[in-house]
Amino acid sequence: MSFVEYGDTIKDGDTAIVFLGHESMFAVKVQHGTVTQTKYGVIRHSTDLIGKKYGSKVTCSKGGWVFILHPTPELWTMNLPHRTQILYSTDISIITMMLELKPGSIVCESGTGSGSLSHALIRTVAPTGHLYTVEFHQQRAEKAREEFREHGVEHLVTVTNQDVCKNGFGVSNIADAVFLDIPSPWEAIGHAKSALKAEGGRICSFSPCIEQVQRTCLAMEEYGFTEINTLEILLRVYNVRTISLQIPDLGEAAEDNSSAVFDSSNPSHQGSPCANLQQGTVQFKSGVPLREVVGHTGYLTFATKS
Amino acid sequence: AMESGPGARIREGDCAVLRRDGVFKAVPVLRRRKIIFEKQWFYLDNAIGHIYGTTFEVTSGGNLQPKQEVEETTTETKEAGTDNRNIVDDGKSQKLTHDDIKALKDKGIKGQEIVQQLIENSTTFRDKTEFAQDKYIKKKKKKYEAVVTIVKPSTRILSTMYYAREPGKINHLRYDTLAQMLTLGNIHAGTKMIVMETCAGLVLGAVMERMGGYGSIIQMYPGGGPVRAATSCFGFPKPFFDNLHEFPLSKVQSLLSGTFTTETLPADPEENALVEEESNGLTEEKQTSLQETEEEPTTEAAMEINPTEEQDMMDMNAEDVEFKENKEKENKENVREKQIKQWERRKKLIEAAALLREKNADGLIVASKFHPPPLLLSLLEFVAPSRPFVVYCQYKEPLLECYTKLRERGGVINLKLSETWLRNYQVLPDRSHPKLTMSGGGGYLLSGITVILDKGKSDSSKSEPLKTEEPLSKRCKLQELPC
Repeated sequence: MSFVEYGDTIKDGDTAIVFLGHESMFAVKVQHGTVTQTKYGVIRHSTDLIGKKYGSKVTCSKGGWVFILHPTPELWTMNLPHRTQILYSTDISIITMMLELKPGSIVCESGTGSGSLSHALIRTVAPTGHLYTVEFHQQRAEKAREEFREHGVEHLVTVTNQDVCKNGFGVSNIADAVFLDIPSPWEAIGHAKSALKAEGGRICSFSPCIEQVQRTCLAMEEYGFTEINTLEILLRVYNVRTISLQIPDLGEAAEDNSSAVFDSSNPSHQGSPCANLQQGTVQFKSGVPLREVVGHTGYLTFATKS
Repeated sequence: AMESGPGARIREGDCAVLRRDGVFKAVPVLRRRKIIFEKQWFYLDNAIGHIYGTTFEVTSGGNLQPKQEVEETTTETKEAGTDNRNIVDDGKSQKLTHDDIKALKDKGIKGQEIVQQLIENSTTFRDKTEFAQDKYIKKKKKKYEAVVTIVKPSTRILSTMYYAREPGKINHLRYDTLAQMLTLGNIHAGTKMIVMETCAGLVLGAVMERMGGYGSIIQMYPGGGPVRAATSCFGFPKPFFDNLHEFPLSKVQSLLSGTFTTETLPADPEENALVEEESNGLTEEKQTSLQETEEEPTTEAAMEINPTEEQDMMDMNAEDVEFKENKEKENKENVREKQIKQWERRKKLIEAAALLREKNADGLIVASKFHPPPLLLSLLEFVAPSRPFVVYCQYKEPLLECYTKLRERGGVINLKLSETWLRNYQVLPDRSHPKLTMSGGGGYLLSGITVILDKGKSDSSKSEPLKTEEPLSKRCKLQELPC
């Protein structure tokens, strides 16, 4: 396995995702002789994982079972150890498309943070592209290097431990795209411009506060970027539920059952409400929004160097 | 070497995209072909050879000329009012008449100068606030400065363009939703993807862009063949099509049940040529008109007349003409050519069937006008375990059904029904706010991951960890009852 190439069977040294159900999952490093504890009991790597197919159901010691999944940047994002606040797949998806990334793209990123976006970028630019990522925090930079190695993508990424606002990306005139997720992106716009190819490229800056966006946009304009555009993307997830609503008693149930006749004529029909007179309810399927949802992650400002 | 990155030059025959103030239009680059875009007309001849991303000014006679960077001419001490208490709308603030402006235009005076004259002849301009002056200039510039930028097509540009210009053609798939699909589907180089779309080939193009020519794609198509009008706008290099396969949807059941043979397909080239002659495109015409009536009602009717449609029509006509000529000549060479084509088509079909039969695809992308549950349930059979799949639908309800059916079937986990909202912002000093309008709907996605299907034990899932995913009806009743 690697994060840029699917494999069929689980091998020693792989990073695998243990899926326990209902978004409950975690990442494990597969190693001979190692055991992993779950609420369903123990998983023994040598016998339960190695050599099995990805997507298999693995029975744990207490009889419960889990699924073992092939890692992807998206699953990694949901399971990685946080060293910083991270970007999630919803923002990542629009960043990737708006930066026009594809196999062969050269990308500069700062900061590396916990490597959530980095893994997605590497996946997209592989096998011929490259990611230059800059992180000013030494331990974070080292940890990221270690993860890239473990995930089989080290050849596609260069981690530099320096301050992007002072020292830039360490490369010039080679990038197709630049991504900034730092507290003061306006201080790095000049460096971003020189990292981009002379012929041009795309830039994106992620900021939680509008004041940061304001300063960034001014800096982008000052450095001659065009097509400056700020947007925000929000994810809404729906739970699929069968809902039962009580039929109100208007005192006429005995005589008027026309609605029940109408509904029972086709009770198996999907999606249409189904009346159940005995229980006095109407049932239907609904996509119910979650009680609490993410209302804001950050503003994304895109621009073009041409 | 692929000329797709920045720095690529505009070549004759390319498909280029024109951009002006966030409005896009895809056009073929042809000499002496008049282009009309945003109320301007011009020829692309002079653009050939320039780098993509160049902004051009439209000069007299419809010629394009690269725009020179101009220094700001408004450096003179700015005069501005603080509020509009004394500004009266008497309709007489502009001293230039309609005829004056027309005369200026006819003289071929640059738009920039016309704007300057309009400012000088506006009696209220100096009393306007600085922001209002700014807005005034921007508005006039947009009207009188004839500029156009020519950009290289990309998923970003084409999906934005399609959503704005002809959303009916792509089932209202908004670009941020498409972006989600590509990410949720883990589309990347080296994978083997199954794509089923009726989005004019836009989704296929997006997948091809992300795969960069590495790996393979099997496009499942309804009717007589896949629609790739949008795909062709991407300008992919030829090798990208080497591993692009197509397979008719109508043969999926037979492939799954094992009764699929190429015998059911046109076997003998000669016999087949005859059949085609008899039908003579007539049936084809009938088919397309039938499809159109099946499509969405009235509101979309206006969208029907559009460049891609016209192009499709033109292609069809061209084929017809060609066909008639061939018939007249009774040219053996052409018959032979046709046989070869037929044979190649059959070979490709056999290849696609073989690829599907391996049942080891790395993902499935569905975005069509069809009811998605049957598509999903059959096409998932071709996908390997531990691989993502994404289904798009303009409406939420069919995806609720997909969800239920998939839970009954088993073999999938991490099912998620979602939608994204997109909000654009105006960011200007002291005038930042969300844009006035946002899109009301960009469709819904159902995504998940395949796992090895427990044969015969699919019912046991109810007592296993996954049960938490769909709460007991007891719980939802509690939630939904009024308190």
